[in-house]
Amino acid sequence: MLTLDQATYDAIVAHAKRDHPDEACGIVAGPEGSDRPERYVEMVNAAGSPTFYEFDSTDLFQLYKEMDANGEEPVVVYHSHTATEAYPSRTDIGLASEPNAHYVLVSTREHGNNEGPVEFRSYRIVDGEVTEEEVTVVPELSAR
Amino acid sequence: MAIEVRIPTILRTYTGGEKAVTADGASLSALIDDLEAGHPGIKDRLIDNGDLRRFVNVYINDEDVRFIGGLEATLKDGDQVVVLPAVAGGAV
Ligand SMILES: [Zn+2]
Repeated sequence: MLTLDQATYDAIVAHAKRDHPDEACGIVAGPEGSDRPERYVEMVNAAGSPTFYEFDSTDLFQLYKEMDANGEEPVVVYHSHTATEAYPSRTDIGLASEPNAHYVLVSTREHGNNEGPVEFRSYRIVDGEVTEEEVTVVPELSAR
Repeated sequence: MAIEVRIPTILRTYTGGEKAVTADGASLSALIDDLEAGHPGIKDRLIDNGDLRRFVNVYINDEDVRFIGGLEATLKDGDQVVVLPAVAGGAV
């Protein structure tokens, strides 16, 4: 199960809506091994595409360096689908390389840049195996 | 010559769980061969058809090797190499 605080959930949805029709992407970092998504980090989609996303390689390096220095790991890796359902594509599955992360997918196909609900789903992707999990949104993460 | 190579989570199965290992080589290509000698199977995860895999990023001292010669990029004692899988995907 993925437990997210409301502000982080809202930030992911807002990012997906803002970047529609291109895919939006980013991570939520948290202390290593804690499974707590605490620090929201929006990334630029270097592919700038409605059907593909990729972190810029220099940004990626900076991000991992930062996480390393903070003792963090990517707890959530999110991206949006803008014309299809919020389910990992074959490419998503093939390229998933964080076995400890929750892969969040948001679909903006219904309302695009406008107000309105989005599909917001979360998965584990390990060795090509996709397992969907429940998403629980709480007002704030419990105290550590 | 000792070069520290930082290994991403997904490849730590090849390094017995180690986050970093040391290896040797005057070029990235030689370094990867040396890594393979100590950690069989890892080379195939980095290289495909004689070139770096499209979705694997390798950095030498903070610099993406694609901008400094790819597999021919040169290394010297004390350099740090970081391997990071691309964070990427698509809708198809
Ligand atoms: Zn996707």
